Amino acid sequence: MTTANAHDWLNEHSDYLYRFALARLRDPHQAEDVVQETFIAAIKNPNFAKQSSPRTWLTGILKHKIIDVMRKSVREVAASDLMSDEDANMDEFFDEQGRWTEKPQAWDIPENALEQKQFLGALQVCMDKLPKKLATLFMLRDVQETDNEEICKELNISTTNAWVMLYRARMSIRKCLEINWLTN
Amino acid sequence: MSLSCKQASQLLSQSLDRRLAWQERLALRLHLFICKYCLRFSQQLNTLRVALHKARANIENDTNISLSSETKARIAKSIES
Repeated sequence: MTTANAHDWLNEHSDYLYRFALARLRDPHQAEDVVQETFIAAIKNPNFAKQSSPRTWLTGILKHKIIDVMRKSVREVAASDLMSDEDANMDEFFDEQGRWTEKPQAWDIPENALEQKQFLGALQVCMDKLPKKLATLFMLRDVQETDNEEICKELNISTTNAWVMLYRARMSIRKCLEINWLTN
Repeated sequence: MSLSCKQASQLLSQSLDRRLAWQERLALRLHLFICKYCLRFSQQLNTLRVALHKARANIENDTNISLSSETKARIAKSIES
């Protein structure tokens, strides 16, 4: 990839790549950074595969950069936080017989644009409340729809561990939504 | 196998991440048939997934969202050096 090439590609693909990253990271600064890193990596790599389009190739690099960001944010989590995840009991959600302590309520499915916007706003608030590691895993799996095996490989956790943490994340978000969204 | 709500909710969550065994699917179906709260939970997981998917697609397809010209200039500079 030559510098001239790179500039053409920057003009042609950078907005697309930015939206791709923003849709997955939800943080404009992080999204800008990974786009920049993608172009830097691209220009260093002369082995642009001719069989793929530049956009496909750049998106492939970007995906790795996004995973790097997620991996880093998991690594930053304090060891104590890591320990508590797995044996965290779910007693706040169920009684001793395994019955719901607070019964799930009937949700109206957000239909129109305004309702969807409100729902997503509440969802964002609830995601921000999650412990960092759970939030990262939730982002990887439920927002980015990353393959489960890939997540476990990248974050170096067992599949059982991932199921437990995803369960916890979804349960917390669900409960939080009932408080933050339903009551509005 | 008769499930508690706690077990049912765990299986419902895991069904998003792995293929459940047929025994698990059967037990889950029986439980959802008699438990409206777990049925609601199941629907809520679905609502959540659909909303997240839609939100992602909205951002990806929103051509009003673009990099600022300053950021583009910064990236252009970074690939020259």
